Amino acid sequence: MRNGKWISAYAAGAYLFLHLPLLVLAVFSFNASKFTVWEGFSLQWYGQIFENSQLLESTWNSLLIALASTMLATSIGTLCAYGIWKRKAPVLSGSLYLSLVTPEIVTGISLLALFQWSFRFLGLQLGMHTVILAHVAFCLAYVVITVLARLRTFDAALEEAALDLGATPWQAFRLVTLPAILPGVIAAALLAFTVSIDDYVITSLVAGVDSETLPMVVYQMARRGVSPVVNAISTLIVLGLGVLILISERLQR
Amino acid sequence: MHRLRAWFLAPARLVNLVCFVLPLCIVLAYSLLSRGVYGGVELPWTFDNYRRLFDPLYAGIFLRSLWIAGLSTALCLVLGSPLAWFTARADRKRRNLYLNLVMIPFWTSFLVRTYAWMFLLRDTGLINTALMSVGLISEPLPLLYNNGAVMLGLVYGYLPFLVLPLYTSLEKIDPSMLEAASDLGAKPSTAFWTVVVPMAKPGMRAGSILVFISCIGTYLTPDLLGGSKTIMIGNVVQNQFTAARDWPFGAACSLVLMGLVMLFLRSDEL
Repeated sequence: MRNGKWISAYAAGAYLFLHLPLLVLAVFSFNASKFTVWEGFSLQWYGQIFENSQLLESTWNSLLIALASTMLATSIGTLCAYGIWKRKAPVLSGSLYLSLVTPEIVTGISLLALFQWSFRFLGLQLGMHTVILAHVAFCLAYVVITVLARLRTFDAALEEAALDLGATPWQAFRLVTLPAILPGVIAAALLAFTVSIDDYVITSLVAGVDSETLPMVVYQMARRGVSPVVNAISTLIVLGLGVLILISERLQR
Repeated sequence: MHRLRAWFLAPARLVNLVCFVLPLCIVLAYSLLSRGVYGGVELPWTFDNYRRLFDPLYAGIFLRSLWIAGLSTALCLVLGSPLAWFTARADRKRRNLYLNLVMIPFWTSFLVRTYAWMFLLRDTGLINTALMSVGLISEPLPLLYNNGAVMLGLVYGYLPFLVLPLYTSLEKIDPSMLEAASDLGAKPSTAFWTVVVPMAKPGMRAGSILVFISCIGTYLTPDLLGGSKTIMIGNVVQNQFTAARDWPFGAACSLVLMGLVMLFLRSDEL
């Protein structure tokens, strides 16, 4: 419409501020030098990712955890969104909303407290199962919100027609409503997957010795300081997640 | 139909109860217990953990967290508002592109985005290396591990939380309203203050609250970009549950943090 010169220049600057740090990181992941001085193009840091067994193992763990928690959170969340869409469930909705705004560190320590407390009776230990359970818990609200947004654009009369024509409520859901909202469900799953695979704060608190995830390793490497391998793995993470998010955005439209 | 609905809600209710409500209840109980000899918790019941929050050391950290979160929110408001305005005024076809430009980095790994600033700001980082190589400075500037770096990380991380709700408010302003104002003789500044600002207020309020509650509860940003003097509430909580092994005090800190978050959420409705 009518954006002036100055505000357009400002917006360009703001987009630069948002994207430049990641672009610079990506550029330097191809640097031949170990130091922050450009010495030529090299893929050596990407090569080193595949020689680092800790990185590979943690990536595998992250994928397993994200896949399992995405499937669980998406099924539970989709059913829940449908239930809320049928008739409001203010207590559950409020509680899910609250779980979304609870600081991650509080979610993390409260889950840690729960696990440590329940292990007294159950004789279990922190591990993959606790991480997956934690991820399902914090992904759930994202799924419910995304699917509910899709349901609000769905014409309830279609479902009523199915019921009038003799379908059972379950058939009406499975054969009419679910196919219609499927893009929203897939978008929610992709969102849950990215949120799960990216989490550091909660995961680091509830992980056991066998369940070190990729963000935990990236965190340790970032802490330790100079290693361009972190730049390489970071670039791959951003690219991977960026693609998933773009697909999710498309599906939600 | 009602039976089916109850079954559909049951798994979510269970997960929410076991993994959100119950853990918070346990934390509440822990915050009223005493510290165990080997970590963990012990009887007797006590209010000492909450009393300790008034210790100048911890009260100072709480106040600093509020200050850092407040200042970061103000910065987001100043920096994000023109961007939201720009997006809302843009060609309808391009708005989605502009929104995606803000939202996509936001969804891609908070950890990596925080690390990117470590890469830029640290002593051997890009900015210092570049400045030294052109001879502007001889010693690296202390860019990392201070309040400024933490606020930069927070503004960078949470700017989209401000832009998105504000854009939603601004988008509703019909351009013909501004034309009407100017036709009726209002100066551009008058039109701005009497038309745009009142309509932008809900978005500004919602965005500021989202940014503020994210900043006040942050842990990763001060952990990676801040130094020993830029500890925030989240870091105290993490420390009490790990290195310090004082779970009851950590629990009390978390609940006060949670209370702050809910307080600022409620302020939206007032």
